[in-house]
Amino acid sequence: MKKNSFETLKKVLIFIGRYRLLLVLSIILAAVSVVLQLYIPILFGDTIDLIIGKGNVLFAEIGSYLIRIGILLAITAISMWVMNLVNNRISYRVTEDIRRKAIRQIQHLPLSYLDGHSAGDIVQRIIADSDQLSDGILLGFSQLFSGVIMIFVTLYFMFSKNVMITWMVILLTPVSFLVAKFISERSYEMFSHQAQVKGRQTALINEMIGNEKIVKAFAYEKKASERFDAINKDLQKYSQKAIFYSSLTNPSTRAVNNVIYALVLLVGSMRIMKGYLSVGGLTVLLSYANQYMKPFNDISSVITELQNSLSCADRIFELIEAETQSKDPDKQLPVTNGQIDIKDVNFSYQKDRKLIENFNLHCDPGMTIAIVGPTGCGKTTLINLLMRFYDVDSGMIKVDDQDIKEVSRRSLRKNYGMVLQETWLKNDSVRNNINIGKPDASDEEIIEACKKSHSYEFIRRLPNGLDTIIDDDSLSQGQKQLLCISRVMLCMPPMLILDEATSSIDTRTEIYIQNAFNDLMKGRTSFIVAHRLSTIRNADQIIVMNDGKIVEQGNHEQLLKRKGFYAKLYNSQFAPTE
Amino acid sequence: MMADVKRLGVYLKDYLKESILSPLFKLLEALMDLLVPLVVAYAINEGIGNGDNNVIIRCFVLLIALAIAGMLFSFTAQYFAAKASVGFATRLRQSLFDHILSLSYKELDASGSDTLISRMTSDINQLQTGVNMSLRLLLRSPFIVFGSMIMAFMIDVRSALIFVISIPVLSAVVFGIMYVSIPLFAKAQHALDKLLGITRENLSGVRVIRAFCKEDDEIREFDEKAHDLTLINEHVGRLSALMNPLTYVIVNIATIILIRYSAFRVYAGQIRQGDVVALYNYMAQIIVELIKLASLTITINRSIACGDRVAKILELRSSMSYKTEEIRQTGEIAVRFSDVSFAYNNSSADSLENASFEIRKKETVGIIGSTGSGKSTLANLICRFYDVDKGKVEVLGHDVKDYPQGVLLEKIGIVPQKAVLFEGSIRDNLKWGNESASDEDLYEAISIAQATEVIANKKDGLDEWIEQGGRNLSGGQRQRLTIARALVKKPEILIMDDSASALDFATDFRLRKAIRQLKDMTVFIVSQRCSSVKDADKILVLNDGMIVGQGSHEELLTACKTYQEIYYSQFPEQRPENKEVFA
Repeated sequence: MKKNSFETLKKVLIFIGRYRLLLVLSIILAAVSVVLQLYIPILFGDTIDLIIGKGNVLFAEIGSYLIRIGILLAITAISMWVMNLVNNRISYRVTEDIRRKAIRQIQHLPLSYLDGHSAGDIVQRIIADSDQLSDGILLGFSQLFSGVIMIFVTLYFMFSKNVMITWMVILLTPVSFLVAKFISERSYEMFSHQAQVKGRQTALINEMIGNEKIVKAFAYEKKASERFDAINKDLQKYSQKAIFYSSLTNPSTRAVNNVIYALVLLVGSMRIMKGYLSVGGLTVLLSYANQYMKPFNDISSVITELQNSLSCADRIFELIEAETQSKDPDKQLPVTNGQIDIKDVNFSYQKDRKLIENFNLHCDPGMTIAIVGPTGCGKTTLINLLMRFYDVDSGMIKVDDQDIKEVSRRSLRKNYGMVLQETWLKNDSVRNNINIGKPDASDEEIIEACKKSHSYEFIRRLPNGLDTIIDDDSLSQGQKQLLCISRVMLCMPPMLILDEATSSIDTRTEIYIQNAFNDLMKGRTSFIVAHRLSTIRNADQIIVMNDGKIVEQGNHEQLLKRKGFYAKLYNSQFAPTE
Repeated sequence: MMADVKRLGVYLKDYLKESILSPLFKLLEALMDLLVPLVVAYAINEGIGNGDNNVIIRCFVLLIALAIAGMLFSFTAQYFAAKASVGFATRLRQSLFDHILSLSYKELDASGSDTLISRMTSDINQLQTGVNMSLRLLLRSPFIVFGSMIMAFMIDVRSALIFVISIPVLSAVVFGIMYVSIPLFAKAQHALDKLLGITRENLSGVRVIRAFCKEDDEIREFDEKAHDLTLINEHVGRLSALMNPLTYVIVNIATIILIRYSAFRVYAGQIRQGDVVALYNYMAQIIVELIKLASLTITINRSIACGDRVAKILELRSSMSYKTEEIRQTGEIAVRFSDVSFAYNNSSADSLENASFEIRKKETVGIIGSTGSGKSTLANLICRFYDVDKGKVEVLGHDVKDYPQGVLLEKIGIVPQKAVLFEGSIRDNLKWGNESASDEDLYEAISIAQATEVIANKKDGLDEWIEQGGRNLSGGQRQRLTIARALVKKPEILIMDDSASALDFATDFRLRKAIRQLKDMTVFIVSQRCSSVKDADKILVLNDGMIVGQGSHEELLTACKTYQEIYYSQFPEQRPENKEVFA
């Protein structure tokens, strides 16, 4: 194992520190059950030795042997059982601990981390990797440990029965490893061919079935089927070989073991006749010769598993050790008037690509600032800075003359109401989705807010009204956005960040949303990502963005006069083309 | 459930020989295994008992022969199993693929492409494993268990009775624990899914959560779900923790009884010491095989579930039937809808209601309306991607249902809403429209689609490679290429389903102008933008599945309220009451 594997291991051990007593118990129980499981066959062998022949059976001693076996049997079974329970407990609890830690970390990571990693990848770490870690490392260790004990104890018992035969077994065992290795090298090539062809096939399946409507529209079915057939036949060829070759491993190693078994019988019988070994001893050696391979196989698969788990552990630690966002100051921002000053702000996501340079903006309470630009122009960057999802590189943003870096993020965010186009609703009741910013709101308050935001009309018609559970497709996009507006309407924060609807919403709902926005914006400082000409024209300030940069700034008339990017945008979007 | 899976048996038919030979050879191998304890017993009784070296050497040679024979039998069995299972999966995969491609839009909507893809990939792979394992092991394990018992009978009938009792007890324990824990596993999976859901929610909603300062609530909820999962897992774990110790105890108690009893038998001279060893060995073999059988059952169960899912897809029948008579085209009417109504699967409301209209050949038609108003539905019905519930759709003078399969679509070029291209060169992609198109044809289409600059910018021109899903192109570039793809077909009817949305207004304008010059084509332009449709010969205005207006731009502007609403929301300065202010 490499050095950093040890580092990771150390961290894992720290994590399971809470359970060290259980861990010690598990190891002791594992040792006890392994030793006893190996010892009991010996006692059986000894007992068989006492059954010598007709009229020559030592019943009294057999009886006491069998009672001893019975007692040991009970101890073995109990220790196996308790060990299983203990292992379960450790592994499930450690997984839970890791996950609890991870979810807390998620809430404290800077958004740059979360934006920079795919959500799927992070979910994978929290759910699957943590499972693999506890399963692989903990159970892996207990198996590894049992395996090692088993090998030594087996050897000890075998030596105690017969030294020569034991040496023979030890020397011959590697043969089966060689055979296994030989086969797996041959089959590896086939497996990698298979994996490659399978990859091509999956890609074709994804394309053709994922876009089947287009395939049908162009009557491409026959061609698709032919292409699939060609790949499928390739796959058949490689799969068959891969599966066949790899399935030779077990019979081959078993054959080697059987040969060893036969040799033990041969040599053992000779030794018995010379008086160096008893029949019971031979029985023991025979069953050990059969079992001796098992821990080796186990250990090799456990080691693969362990390496696998360590890399999972690495991924988890990468997440839970990632640097969290800067510490939140204790100072709270009170409810503000909504005056915002942006002074000499510079910001970029990556050092080599400057985005916002020397940005200045002053807005008085109640002003409306429209953010305008083509899709993907980076409007979210501004939201990120205002809400302090990201920190500015230099310069400062002030709310009511208070640098937002000096107050807690929470108190700042409580001053904002945010409605984005990508609505986010919990799989929960309508009520719990609306009162998210004010959990103690009464139903009257909620209904009042819904009425004001024009969502009550459809909420009323839902099967269980406010108690209707929302899932992904029970509401239209526009309805979802109305709910998000109601959410903000309920809190009535002094500053707003809004994202105007684009074409995905039907005309009627769009009018509702527009009205709701207008009600919401009354007397509040609002930043609105705007698509509608009327909104843009009525704004006190327009920030024009392109390619992530702020390219122009001013009001509608000023900007038109400048005949710059805004004017071009205006002419292509809104002016008649002919 | 089994009934469905059995239908898949056809795909194994061509491998009948292999499917019989594989388990057969496996049984021969098992037989070799079963003979070993007998040989050992013989060696002990006759060889050691009589001090005869020759017997022992003969036994040794016999054991080696058994080992080699067992290996060869096993190799043969593995070969046949691999051939049969892979062959089965290959055939099944091909038929499933062809079958899925034969389904109509209606069935595709009902199943969803994600489901279909996972049936094609993971489910069939799991089935292949299931068939392979079944061929190799399904008969072997029971054979060894019962074989051991029979061998025991051959050694000593009375002692064998201990086997007769312990085998059912062991099976009951092994399969009982499995039977109880399988539903619990499903419950644990469900709890895990819940946890997965909330984790995703936390990541997708991170901005909202932080904006509303809900971090602590989310943590609390996650903790609850994580703990629920732990409790269920521990509950299941308590059950499976019993498996090893219980089976261990049962086998060893049986062994104790066996030895105690056989001691009497040996004393009475009915059996010999070597026989005791053999009986002991058979007892040991049983437990190993039972555990194997249990884990095999799990694999097979899972495969049956997969097979069941695959069979369900194979059972889907395309809801569309086609006529075979050829059609000679007549009439000046390109498209006519007569009182057409249509609803999608599971939707109670009609997506298109009592629609009637008539489009003459070579006309340009605009279709406008908000999202969900039925624009795409209308386009889909022209192509007969769905069959209408009521009324009649005629294309080029004939009911769409009268066209033989494929013939209707030859006449129609479609530019879908989602601009999808496929992995391959630009040329490959454009040729979807017409396999035999020449480069000139392609360039012509490209030029009409305003995509000349897209090609010009690429160093390999038409041979430029497009990555899967067209990732290496921008949305606007993809859109123009999909338009070109439809034009390559030189269709009589061209349908552009909101396919200029990613183009800027100027390009959109040039595109429409170029298409207007295609004199022989009937063109449908589906859009949400008034500017895209206002020059059309005829505009159909849709609202909530109903055609609320048809006519030219000017006519509609005076007569159709919905059209006015849409138009003025996009051109507020044209609004009569605004005009003064703006001027």
